[in-house]
Amino acid sequence: MDVQTLTFIFVGVTFAIYIGIAIWARAGTTDDFYVAGGSVPPLANGMATAADWMSAASFISMAGIISFVGRDGAVYLMGWTGGYVLLALLLAPYLRKFGKYTVPDFVGDRYYSDIARLVAVVCVLFVSFTYVAGQMRGVGIVFSRFLEVEITTGVLIGMTIVFFYAVLGGMKGITYTQVAQYCVLIFAFLVPAIFISMLMTGNPVPQLGFGSTLVDGSNTYLLDKLDQLSVELGFSAYTAGNKSTIDMFFITAALMVGTAGLPHVIVRFFTVPKVRDARISAGYALVFIAILYTTAPALASFARVNLINTVHNAEYKTTPSWFKNWENTNLIAWVDKNQDGKIQYSAGKAFDGKPQFIETRGPEGERKISNSPTDTRNELYIDRDIMVLANPEIANLPNWVIALVAAGGLAAALSTAAGLLLVISTSISHDLLKKMFLKDITDRQELFFARMSAALAITIAGYFGIHPPGFVAQVVAFAFGLAASSFFPVILMGIFSKRMNKEGAITGMVIGLTFTAGYIIYFKFINPSANSAENWWFGISPEGIGTLGMLFNFMASSLVSRFTAPPPKEITDMVDDIRIPQGAGASYHHVKS
Amino acid sequence: MSDSHSPEAKAYWKENIRLVLSLLAVWFVVSFGMAILLVDALDNIRFFGFKFGFWMAQQGSIFCFVILIFIYVYKMNKLDHKYGVDEDRDDFARDDTYYHDEEPEK
Repeated sequence: MDVQTLTFIFVGVTFAIYIGIAIWARAGTTDDFYVAGGSVPPLANGMATAADWMSAASFISMAGIISFVGRDGAVYLMGWTGGYVLLALLLAPYLRKFGKYTVPDFVGDRYYSDIARLVAVVCVLFVSFTYVAGQMRGVGIVFSRFLEVEITTGVLIGMTIVFFYAVLGGMKGITYTQVAQYCVLIFAFLVPAIFISMLMTGNPVPQLGFGSTLVDGSNTYLLDKLDQLSVELGFSAYTAGNKSTIDMFFITAALMVGTAGLPHVIVRFFTVPKVRDARISAGYALVFIAILYTTAPALASFARVNLINTVHNAEYKTTPSWFKNWENTNLIAWVDKNQDGKIQYSAGKAFDGKPQFIETRGPEGERKISNSPTDTRNELYIDRDIMVLANPEIANLPNWVIALVAAGGLAAALSTAAGLLLVISTSISHDLLKKMFLKDITDRQELFFARMSAALAITIAGYFGIHPPGFVAQVVAFAFGLAASSFFPVILMGIFSKRMNKEGAITGMVIGLTFTAGYIIYFKFINPSANSAENWWFGISPEGIGTLGMLFNFMASSLVSRFTAPPPKEITDMVDDIRIPQGAGASYHHVKS
Repeated sequence: MSDSHSPEAKAYWKENIRLVLSLLAVWFVVSFGMAILLVDALDNIRFFGFKFGFWMAQQGSIFCFVILIFIYVYKMNKLDHKYGVDEDRDDFARDDTYYHDEEPEK
C-alpha cells in the first residue's frame, strides 16, 4: 500500500479512538470538566501529563534542532525535563493539597487579592494562546505533507476533533484521550528510531546505538564519524558547544523554571485523588517524557549522518523522492551555485532568509527561488522541522513507518492543544466569570460557560493555525520567560514563605513580567538587528532572560513584603494546611458543598 | 488541620526542607554543574562512544532527574508515615467516594 493510503488508515483509526473516548468520558459537572473529578489514577495522569507536555515542538521540531546545533541542543533536553524535578519537589504536592481548579485560583486565594488573580489570568491566557497557535500549525503541516490536503483543511479537521473531546469531555475526556495519544506518539517516535539505530549501529536501543560504532566496517564510533563529517563540511564539531556558558546556563534555567510554571502542566496535578499521587505521577510523567527525550538526541545524530551522506555531492536528478516532496512543500530549496548539477552542502546559509519560490524550474528540474545567493559554498536550505518527519524516508524505512510518524505528530500536537484549550476555557469560565464578574452563577451555568469558552478558544486557535502570525517562533521564548518570571516565584513563595503578602507578590509579578517582556520585545520586535551577544546584558539571550526576570521577581517580592503588613491569619493557616498531606480528599468536599 | 502549629508539624516541615534541598543540590550539580559549567573538562573523559560531558548534557542528566523524583517520593512517603500525616490515616479520605473503588481498606 502506498504511504498516503496507510496514513489515511492510521490517522483515521487513531481519530476514531479519540472520539470514542470522548463519548465514553463525558463531563457532567464542573468538577469533571475542570479536574476530571479529581479521580485520575497516578499512572494514567503520568501518561496524560507526558502527552500534554510533549507538543508538536517536542515531537516534530526538537530532534531536528538538535540535529543542526549538536551539543547545544542540551538546553532543550535538560530544560524541558529538569523542570519536572522542581515541579515534583516544590509545587505539585502542595498545589494538589490546596485542591482548587486553576493556577489563578491559587494566586488569588493565597494572596487574598483579585488584582493578583487578574494578573495571573492574563498571563495564563497569553502563555496558552502563544502555545496553542504553534500546535494547530503543526497539525496543518502534517496534514498537508502526508495527506496532501490544504493546510486550512488540515487545521479544520484538527479543530473538529479537539472540539469534540475538549468541549464534550472537558478534563475527563482530555485525560483519557491524552493517555491514548501518548501511546500513539511514543510508539510512532520509537519505531523509526529503533529501525534506524539497527541499520546504522546494529544496536536496537537508540540510547545505546548513539554511543556505538557504525556497522559500515570502519569501526569508528557514530559520534566521532559525525564530528569528522561536520568539520569536513565547515561546521563545528557536533559534540562541541557554540553557545557561551552563561547563555547555556540562563536558557536552561529559564526553560526548567518555565516548565514548572506552565499552567497546563500544573493543572494536571489537580486531577489525582491524593497528595501522594501527585508526587508519584510527576515521577511517572518524567519517565514517560524521558523515553522520548533520551531517544531524540540519538535520532538527531543518526539523522544528521544520514542527511550528509545522502545529499552531499549527490546529483539533484538522482535524489530520492523525499527530497523533491519536501521541496514541493517549500521546506527544502537548492541553488546550484557552481552549476555542476550536484548538491553541495556545507556551513553557512545558501541564501538570505526563507526561500521565496518562483514558478519556473531550473535546468535540473529544481524549483527556482528569487532570493539572492550568498558567497558561501553551501547550496542547500533545509527547514529543521522536517528532520523527524523525513527521517524514515531518508533511511528508506517501510511505508507503514512513515504513516505512523504522521499519526504520532498529530497525536502530539492534538494532545497539547487540548490541554491548553482547557486551561484557556477554565480561566475564562472559572477565574474570570465565576470568581470575579458573575459570582452567582450555578454549577450548570458555569459548565455551559466553560464549554462556550472552549469552543471560542478553539476557533481563535484555529484562526492562528491557518493565518500564523509571523512571530510564532519568537513568542515561544515569551511563553517560557513569562511563566518563569511570573508564576514560578509567586507559587513557590506562596508555599514556602508564610511572610509573603499580596503587596510583595503583585510587585514581584509585575516587575518580573515587565522586565522579561520588555527585554524580549526590544530584541525580537523593536530592534531585531541588535539581537546578538555583544548587545545582550551579560551575554544573556532573550531565550534565557526569564531566569533574570525570575531573580528580580524574588528580590522585589521579598523586599516589598518585608516593609508591608504580613498576610492575615487565615492565610498563614492555609499555608500551614497545604504543607501537610493529610486531608487532601477533604479539599474537594468544601469545593463541592 | 488543628495540629499544624504543633512542634511535630514544624519538625516535619524542617525535615522536608532538608530533603528537598539536598535533592536539589544533586539536581544542580548534574545539570548546571556537569553538563554546562564543567562540560568541556568532562569531555576529556571517554565514556563508551561518548565524550562524558556531552553524554551528561544529552542523556545522563535526564536519567538523574528521573531517579531524583523517585527518591523524593520514597523518602517523603516514609516521612509522612513517621510524623503520622500520611493519607492512609485520613478518615475523610476513607468515606470519600472518589477513592472508594481504588483504595481498599487495610
